[in-house]
Amino acid sequence: MNALSLSTAIKEKKLGVTEAVQLYIDRIEKSELNAFLSVSREQAFKQAEAVQRRVDSGESLSPLAGVPIAIKDNISTLGIATTCASKILEGYRPVYNATIIERLEQAGMVILGKLNMDEFGMGGSSETGAFGAVHNPWDSSRVAGGSSGGSAAAVAAQEIPIAIGSDTGGSIRQPCAFCGVTGIRPTYGSVSRYGLLAYASSLDQIGPIGQNIEDCAAVLSAISGADSKDSTCVMPKPFAFTTSPERLDGIKIGIPRNYFNEAIDSHVKNAVLAAAKQLEALGASVDEFEMPLMDYVVPAYYVIACAEASSNLSRYDGLKYGYRSTEAKTLSDVYRLSRSEGFGLEVKRRIMLGSFVLSSGYYDAYYKKALQARTLIKNAYNELFTRYDMIISPVAPTAAYKLGENIDDPMKMYMGDIYTVSVNLAGLPAIALPCGFSNSLPLGFQLIGDAFSEERLIHAGRVYQNHTNWHTQMAGDTP
Amino acid sequence: MSWETVIGLEVHAELATKTKIFCGCSTEFGGEPNSRVCPVCAGMPGTLPVLNRAVVEYAIRLGLALDCTITRHCKFDRKNYFYPDLPKAYQVSQLYLPICRDGRMDIGESVIGIHEIHMEEDAGKLIHDKGGTLMDFNRCGVPLLEIVTKPDFRTGDEVIAYLEKLREILLFLGICDCKMQEGSLRADVNLSMRRPGEAFGTRTEMKNLNSFKAVARAIEYERARQIEILENGGAVTQETRRWDDEIGESYGMRSKENAQDYRYFPEPDLLPIAISEDWLTQVRAKLPELAHQKRARYIRDFGLSEYDSAVLTRHKNISDLFEAVAQKSGNATEAARLISGEIMRLMGVAKTLPENLEIDPAKLAALIAALTDGKINREAYKETVEAVYLHNVEPEQFIAEKGLLMISDCEAIRQAVQEIIAANAAAVADYHAGKDKAFGFLMGQAMRKLGRAGNPEAVRTMLGEVLNE
Repeated sequence: MNALSLSTAIKEKKLGVTEAVQLYIDRIEKSELNAFLSVSREQAFKQAEAVQRRVDSGESLSPLAGVPIAIKDNISTLGIATTCASKILEGYRPVYNATIIERLEQAGMVILGKLNMDEFGMGGSSETGAFGAVHNPWDSSRVAGGSSGGSAAAVAAQEIPIAIGSDTGGSIRQPCAFCGVTGIRPTYGSVSRYGLLAYASSLDQIGPIGQNIEDCAAVLSAISGADSKDSTCVMPKPFAFTTSPERLDGIKIGIPRNYFNEAIDSHVKNAVLAAAKQLEALGASVDEFEMPLMDYVVPAYYVIACAEASSNLSRYDGLKYGYRSTEAKTLSDVYRLSRSEGFGLEVKRRIMLGSFVLSSGYYDAYYKKALQARTLIKNAYNELFTRYDMIISPVAPTAAYKLGENIDDPMKMYMGDIYTVSVNLAGLPAIALPCGFSNSLPLGFQLIGDAFSEERLIHAGRVYQNHTNWHTQMAGDTP
Repeated sequence: MSWETVIGLEVHAELATKTKIFCGCSTEFGGEPNSRVCPVCAGMPGTLPVLNRAVVEYAIRLGLALDCTITRHCKFDRKNYFYPDLPKAYQVSQLYLPICRDGRMDIGESVIGIHEIHMEEDAGKLIHDKGGTLMDFNRCGVPLLEIVTKPDFRTGDEVIAYLEKLREILLFLGICDCKMQEGSLRADVNLSMRRPGEAFGTRTEMKNLNSFKAVARAIEYERARQIEILENGGAVTQETRRWDDEIGESYGMRSKENAQDYRYFPEPDLLPIAISEDWLTQVRAKLPELAHQKRARYIRDFGLSEYDSAVLTRHKNISDLFEAVAQKSGNATEAARLISGEIMRLMGVAKTLPENLEIDPAKLAALIAALTDGKINREAYKETVEAVYLHNVEPEQFIAEKGLLMISDCEAIRQAVQEIIAANAAAVADYHAGKDKAFGFLMGQAMRKLGRAGNPEAVRTMLGEVLNE
């Protein structure tokens, strides 16, 4: 059952909140996907009872009241382990809640547990974490995508009605495509990052992953809007989405011709082109264009993301919380050994890359150049949005690949981000929607909009999903 | 051939804002370790900074007072390094676009160029103890301004004059309490030697200078050290040196080869700061009066001497006290006399630094009123001022308890005078014989009898009357 229907059922007393919590906990416990890192059973039942009392008292509640939700494990939850799937945060219990956790609780949602991911969000397959890879619910020999692989897999397997992920370079959209679920990467500055353990501060955004766009829109409404604790969260009021007409007449969609060259899997290509056709049939105009700067997006992204990461991850030094090497005898040992033993390979690779591009003598050649490329990419999008309302694009060049297939080939892994990272560099919103299957594996596409144009994107997604049934097909066959 | 000393200064001033630069914690000095700390200033994972507007405003104030150009579009950068007192492992500072640039300060004949002023956060403190090293994060996130001069100083005296004037400006702007012993004002000295007219020599940077005296001594020491090296044909090593004030020497901490690469880059968690013309105008309009402006006003409006005006503006606490007492008593002359005289004397005796001066101006104003209304004499006034200063007594109660209220009651005085006349027949005879000195003697006797409460004018009149009856 999707999130909004579940909340309705709870309000109509067809199902109790505790019952719902129990149902999902049972599924999580039976699961072998490794999507969850922890389940906060006791706290969830306590919260469920409190929400149930509000339901019983006839209080007017949010459309999501009573719905269990799970959180990517890079978001701070008071008293509940928050690991970023890293050994370096072993034993760390946050002393505060992220802003979005407080907002979800205000909406009457029940936090059920924390979800697996790539370590610190660094990866596109949810294989780099210290606690094992997430398995794709459609084929457990394949990856779930990443870095929010736990969030997408849990939703796809109906271990949770809806989940929270984060997207730094495609980390919400790509696992959605790999797992056949729907997700929103919101505009930078629309959802508070307070409490999100930063990977790359200027690129990170928190967003929802659900069974359909309506559920995601409802969660986005609940968590978005200004926060006095995050000065980069500039959108004054939360999104308020209205139901909209059933057609897309007058909406101009651009499709980047050069995204469909030999680098893309033909099944993905055909599915995305079919989705474009469908949108056209629903009234939108679809027009081809040439996406500029394609050679620069992945390098610019990795330089900027790694530079910020090298600084953001410096605080994990073995002194204050988390893992400390037992071998360490001196201060420099504590730093060196704790970090060497606590961080995984991919994280170390990115810290080294980031430290290098910021070091004196290289800053201008790499970091500054990357910032310049970022400005050009932003400008290119600005120009595109004078002509189009949104852009349709693949999410990833392929469907979910085999576990272990790309893990030793970082360049191949990084090139898998070619369609997603420019959105982050430009701070734009994008939604990922299922649009077909290839050999029983789900495929997805994304719609990219101008900053703060979520309303229009969600409208398009809603109309599309009202006329397609890709998103209603679930991995496994649980009700 | 002579040597020329070239010095540049980096001064860190802790700002006296109520709260820290990026969170709502108190900036107050001291307190139980880690009691003025929240997830933000403790750098807990996932927290974000939110800039305190007052910090920007204070920086603009100083920039305007030092004739700087204000950077209308400025931003913060991260300075990355590992140290246990820095919980995020980076300091939020300004490298690329500091808030103030290109200012100046005049020191007598010399002009000292201000290279830049930038905003940053302070780090915590390490407490080394037998059991190990402990971390106190109370100071983490206390706002700092770093004021960097050009290498324009040629003597240690110029440096001290600059520091004294800078302290005066910071105090009068109300943006820093300038307590060097608490570390709220810290100076690092960059020094090199050269033959006049030649290019700059290799410089060293000296840290841990906790008083103006230490600055002066460290400069003298370093000058001599470098001259000795150079005259023996050696080369000065570019390094950071730590001054040890107890033994009066400095020693090398780290050389340029071991200098850290701070990997500065723009702080992505904070938006750039846009300083509007309106904001700038507002700050300029509210700019507090500086010491030299106060001195001119005291001479002009209150008719004070140049000397008294200088004494009263030695520290902001003193001029604040003077102005409050003058305003409450409506008697600037007497207020100036009290503070530049009795209060300064008492501070000297008690070795109280102006920054620690605490006295209720209302009590002093009330005492001035009591004096000028003839309720107490000057001796009693001084005694009460001292009691207020030392024990914060209630003046009225103290005067009553000590019997200091001036006796102007004619009968009491007449009685005292009659007793004195009766007891000093010889002096009375001398008086009548025309010896003026005898009057003075009798006057003194009568005053002694009446104690500190006698109204001398009334006694004098009464004595004349009775002697001539």
